Amino acid sequence: MAKVLEMVGITKVFPGVIANEDVHFDVEQGEIHALLGENGAGKTTLMNVLYGLYAPDGGELRWQGKPVHIGNPNVAIRLGIGMVHQHFMLVPPMTVAENIVLGAEPSKGGLLDMAAAKKRVRELSEQFGLKVDPEAKIQNISVGMQQRVEILKALYRGAGLLILDEPTAVLTPQEVTELIAIMRRLVEEGRSVIFITHKLKEVLRIADRVTVIRRGRVIDTLYTKDATEDGLAEKMVGRKVSLRVEKDEARVGDVILRVRDLTAANNRHLPALRGCSLEVRRGEIYGLAGVDGNGQSELIEVLTGLRPATGGEAMMNGKSLLGLNPRAIFARGVGHIPEDRQRRGLVLNFTVGENLILGSHHRQPFSVRGLLQGGAIDRRAEDMIQRYDIRTPGTKTLARSLSGGNQQKVIAAREMERDPDLLIAAQPTRGLDVGAIEFLHRRLVEARDRGKAVLLISLELDEILSLSDRIGVIYEGRVVAEVPGHEATEEQLGLWMSGGSTGRRGEAQG
Amino acid sequence: MSIFSLTVIASLLISSIRSATPLVLAALGGIFSERSGVVNIALEGIMLIGAFTAVMISYSSGSAWLGVLAAMAAGVAIAWLHGVVSIKYRADQVVSGTAINILAVGLTEFLLAKFFGQAGQTPNVTPATLPTWLPLHGFTQQVTAFAWIAAVLVVLTHVVLFHTPLGLRIRAVGEHPRAADTVGINVFHMRYLGVLLSGALAGLGGAALSVGLLNSFTDNMTAGRGFIALAAVIFGKWSPFGALAASLLFGFADALQTQAQIIGLKVPSEFLLMSPYILTMLALAGVVGRSTPPAASGTPYEKGER
Repeated sequence: MAKVLEMVGITKVFPGVIANEDVHFDVEQGEIHALLGENGAGKTTLMNVLYGLYAPDGGELRWQGKPVHIGNPNVAIRLGIGMVHQHFMLVPPMTVAENIVLGAEPSKGGLLDMAAAKKRVRELSEQFGLKVDPEAKIQNISVGMQQRVEILKALYRGAGLLILDEPTAVLTPQEVTELIAIMRRLVEEGRSVIFITHKLKEVLRIADRVTVIRRGRVIDTLYTKDATEDGLAEKMVGRKVSLRVEKDEARVGDVILRVRDLTAANNRHLPALRGCSLEVRRGEIYGLAGVDGNGQSELIEVLTGLRPATGGEAMMNGKSLLGLNPRAIFARGVGHIPEDRQRRGLVLNFTVGENLILGSHHRQPFSVRGLLQGGAIDRRAEDMIQRYDIRTPGTKTLARSLSGGNQQKVIAAREMERDPDLLIAAQPTRGLDVGAIEFLHRRLVEARDRGKAVLLISLELDEILSLSDRIGVIYEGRVVAEVPGHEATEEQLGLWMSGGSTGRRGEAQG
Repeated sequence: MSIFSLTVIASLLISSIRSATPLVLAALGGIFSERSGVVNIALEGIMLIGAFTAVMISYSSGSAWLGVLAAMAAGVAIAWLHGVVSIKYRADQVVSGTAINILAVGLTEFLLAKFFGQAGQTPNVTPATLPTWLPLHGFTQQVTAFAWIAAVLVVLTHVVLFHTPLGLRIRAVGEHPRAADTVGINVFHMRYLGVLLSGALAGLGGAALSVGLLNSFTDNMTAGRGFIALAAVIFGKWSPFGALAASLLFGFADALQTQAQIIGLKVPSEFLLMSPYILTMLALAGVVGRSTPPAASGTPYEKGER
């Protein structure tokens, strides 16, 4: 098959770091080529070179056999390269059609020709089965739909090669399935897709070929039919990794957290929790599965004092948590790894050391007579950095400049260090690479083995299935099903998550 | 005299339009600037400098319209300063605007004394008028030619912002500059354009006040009108017609206040004077319909920032 793109011996050096070293990468017409690597391996750098955002320090780009120089994104767009960024580049209050034509607007007599724009969007949308309404506003459509708008934006500009940067990170399982269908449709039409990811399962499920990249170098390029999950993981991380979580039988004790008929409203003042009930016991990991937006966030916020409950009860060790502020709840022994590490978990412009003692900052030895004790903070931080394997130049580094995985380790270290009776871990591994996931999973299991209760909330079924001793499924603000971890199957959970027939309902309600 | 008499209503109406005209013009400027993502509280200072320039140039050239053009040019120059500081050097836009407002007061006072050799007020100049053969001449004389210019510019601004590719780009840059950048739109160019247009329009608004309404320049004669124009932008939800309606409302409050005695209104004029500001606060608090500014307004854009 003809090669659409060849990247030959690409090298890109940043001050102090070689981001890409002699990288060879090519894409054939009509294939889905996965670019697999951990965070910071150099995937995005390579794609930014291709898209004209970075100038390479060495190597050559060939487009359809001919050497090209891509000095800026406009050149890439003109060649037919389209990029769907991980964080969507859409203007929320504008319509789908406006977003798609922005920068390349059809016009008639100097005026914007929105009729033509909508027509073109409809045509493209039908051609690729995208089902996008050109008149809807971006702020009113789902994340999955927004992603399709991004794809359309590239197709509208005539992209023959589409780069999708971590496209499944924000999608529900159903949306992932739809995205895969769209990608297949694209390659059937003779276009090519580069699919950047760090998820092994998706590579095997979606891609035709895969290039594994580690520390800026290409480790291997192979056909996915010849690849296995374990093999890819080893190439990606550079050592054998266990994808399965090692854990013994749970030694379950008393109930630590009891939530009964809890109700709460969301930010738009609509009911989000509608009588949620669950129990988490000492020595177990309780996994709460569900599609995003079914009340998980509100449950976490109520339990951590960030949102008032409108009814029901939440008891921790027999005492109510409702109406307490976060500090009081912390004092009762609740630890919280929040969903959004950058907004809720860290103060990004504080140092690693300061972030590591947040929440204990007002206590001895970090604070004496109202003054922060730099020395004590540093010593504690250094100790934690070592024990939690946080990769940072030092305690004085800003949290902002750490990688996502290391930011998450800072939060996990802080929360686990206080040794809480109940640890609420919300999406603890979102956006992390295999190595960091393995590390955090091990820590959660350790906490459980020390007789702590862990409430794990995750959108990733894999994570729920591999960690949980018991699994509850939340749907429309209620736990609609509960099942022991070892009995659960992905299919059954998926059915409950989408509101299908509820099995074993009422167990939690007692 | 009854408040309901026809002549009173007519005079109130005309007086409202007269008061509203400088506000509308400056507000249109504010819309362009904010829609492109730059907060421009320098409207006040730019209006003041426009008002002075218009009088100075019409006095020395004898042509009021030349004065108006000069006012717009002066507005562009000052706005360029705001642009360089807040777009290129990414300084705080409110601080930059405040500095310009303070500069404008001092500069105009100084130039007034230097150029006219007297303090406080300039001599009268001939007003900017339209040819007498145009229809509605009598009405035009009363509301000034600037009312018509403002009306045309409201429509024009609406068309440019919402029905041209340029307008789409300006709005995109004000909402999500990085998204605009990734599709090849030059964020900095768009923002300079927005700010410079706001300078021209606020300068014109200042001219409407000096050579339009009062035929002379007095120290600090804008007296907060630039801020009221800004309030009109917010109250009118960043849309030209909305700003027009808001300006007319503010103009009406002003007219009521000046004519309260004639109509025999028993409300202290201070309350009427307050009403535009109270309305604005209510608008901001979301009492009179929620009002969402362009998302990136006030935030400098930096290429390659993550």
